[in-house]
Amino acid sequence: MASCNCRRRSAEQGRFSVAEPGAELTMQVSLARGALGALAFALSTGVPGIHAAAIEGGELVVRTSRDRLLALMSLLRDDPRYACEQLMDLCGVDYPARAERFEVVYNLLSVTHNHRIRVIVTTDETNPVPSVHHLWPCATWWERECYDLFGVLFSGQPDLRRILTDYGFEGHPLRKDFPLTGYVEMRYDEDRRQVVYEPVKLTQDFRNFDFESPWEGILTLPGDEKAHESRQGLKLPR
Amino acid sequence: MSEIVLHEDIPEALLSEGAAAEAEIRTVEIDSHALNFGPQHPSAHGVLRLVLEMEGEVVARAIPHIGLLHRGTEKLIEYKTYPKALPYFDRLDYVSPMCEEQAFALATEKLLGIEAPDRAKWIRVMFAEMTRILNHILNLTSFGLDCGALTPALWGYEEREKLIEFYEAASGARFHANYFRPGGVARDMPAGLEERIAEWARDFPRWIDDLETLLTNNRIWKQRTVGIGVFTTEQALAWGFSGPCLRASGVPWDLRRAQPYDNYDKVTFNIPVTRQGDCYDRYLVRVAEMRESVKIVEQCLAQIRPGPVKVQDHKITPPPRREMKRSMEALIHHFKLFTEGYHVPPGATYTAVESPKGEFGVYLVADGSNRPYRCKIRPTGFAHLQAIDEMSRRHMLADAVAIIGSLDLVFGEIDR
Repeated sequence: MASCNCRRRSAEQGRFSVAEPGAELTMQVSLARGALGALAFALSTGVPGIHAAAIEGGELVVRTSRDRLLALMSLLRDDPRYACEQLMDLCGVDYPARAERFEVVYNLLSVTHNHRIRVIVTTDETNPVPSVHHLWPCATWWERECYDLFGVLFSGQPDLRRILTDYGFEGHPLRKDFPLTGYVEMRYDEDRRQVVYEPVKLTQDFRNFDFESPWEGILTLPGDEKAHESRQGLKLPR
Repeated sequence: MSEIVLHEDIPEALLSEGAAAEAEIRTVEIDSHALNFGPQHPSAHGVLRLVLEMEGEVVARAIPHIGLLHRGTEKLIEYKTYPKALPYFDRLDYVSPMCEEQAFALATEKLLGIEAPDRAKWIRVMFAEMTRILNHILNLTSFGLDCGALTPALWGYEEREKLIEFYEAASGARFHANYFRPGGVARDMPAGLEERIAEWARDFPRWIDDLETLLTNNRIWKQRTVGIGVFTTEQALAWGFSGPCLRASGVPWDLRRAQPYDNYDKVTFNIPVTRQGDCYDRYLVRVAEMRESVKIVEQCLAQIRPGPVKVQDHKITPPPRREMKRSMEALIHHFKLFTEGYHVPPGATYTAVESPKGEFGVYLVADGSNRPYRCKIRPTGFAHLQAIDEMSRRHMLADAVAIIGSLDLVFGEIDR
């Protein structure tokens, strides 16, 4: 992992901010954080099956397991304390190095209480995530999109078809092991008078430049161990 | 229309044989046919392919096929540095480019822990509101065009041109502005632009009045839109609606008020809300929003003060051109910024803005490198289009066109 100067500096909160936020706004933010903190506490202590409920970067993140997902989602929608009427977004994130490589992220919104809750479950290529389309009908397309782009399966979803990619597309393009240039390209064939698919031919291979300076990748310089310890906070969460 | 009962419209409780006989429901078998609407149809607002299962003139089921404009924006962004990822947002919802940029800029700023200077925030609010008007003009007039009103579109394009000229003056481009950047805006507004915008803001409400004389009390317009595509509050919430479509169904919800970003907490404006949730109400909400946007632009002009328009940390924003001619450090900053970019500390954020169409969100996952690990774009129209089946069921074919117009769909955003 590289650690250049600009990263170290920018990690410090608000050091370069020119405008000071108004006192009123600061109050609002701290109040909201307090309310969110109370929600996080209520979720992590009162609801079984939650791995973690914490404020991460000012946003409430709840991690749970696949088999407890439906119970948690019903609670978040129907309990007046949470009242998440809307499922604003559902998406996948791919971490190929992990045992369960996919994260499925649900972003819920409560228009009653004006808060957002993010629910995260993990899964892999074979284990399906229970569908939430009967709680929020809009989940159908979000789940189709997640299936299309990542190959995450959703159990109980009656309409699990591809949605964004081409008719007859193969593969799941947002997986990290899917190449950016894809596998096939399409053109109109004059002779056959039809559109044909062919393997991608590149006159020049896709060039993925690494702009990170090699010497900035060395975290511990000989004799610099103490400085390295103070930099530990920058380590990637794994 | 009411005499035809489709098999799927009969409640399940009545489907058992004894109950059906008691209720004396007459089931009529009609040979239904499928109609391909689009992808090359002017009323499809782009590349929507809508397969309509028709019972005569009545829509029994509407199945949208999307993805014909899918360009893999999210995948491309994963291979670009943060500054290079920004222009992709102009090309999502190409009718309201700056509001999309704002979502990405705010998300990146949040992860970086920086805040734009005050003047940059005022410029952003002002241009976001002008973008809202830009978007609503195109939507309302093309909605009119779908329902047979030609004149609003002719008038609207002239007004759009004025706003696009402001875009060009500020950013150098008419549409794909690449103007809102993490840490501020690309450059300050040129001298005299504020006066031109003030002059426009004085005149523009009169154009809204003109538009309303053409449509609001027009008998044909009302016949085409009132009571068409009714969505209740519960339905709108469950289907993930946001923006004008949600407010037309009676939910007073606006992210500019509820979760203010930039300087929206320093301006006063009203949030128009209607109750019916039909196409006419969605039209009314947008017209009222244009008036509020003009008020916000005027407040921005009154409160904007000279000052820096981007963060003064040249590891995040490029140094001025003239400095590069003399200062070695500025030259290095410039080179590093446009090759390596900046590293964003690990973290994730879901940041949403009130784009003219509704909630436009960016779920940004950073892993500490100079490129986003994942950038999920939450398009507004995706949720709206999904509900079209429920909304247009049992309507006439021509009403389906009105519903598409009222939902304000842009496929650059939906297909990504």
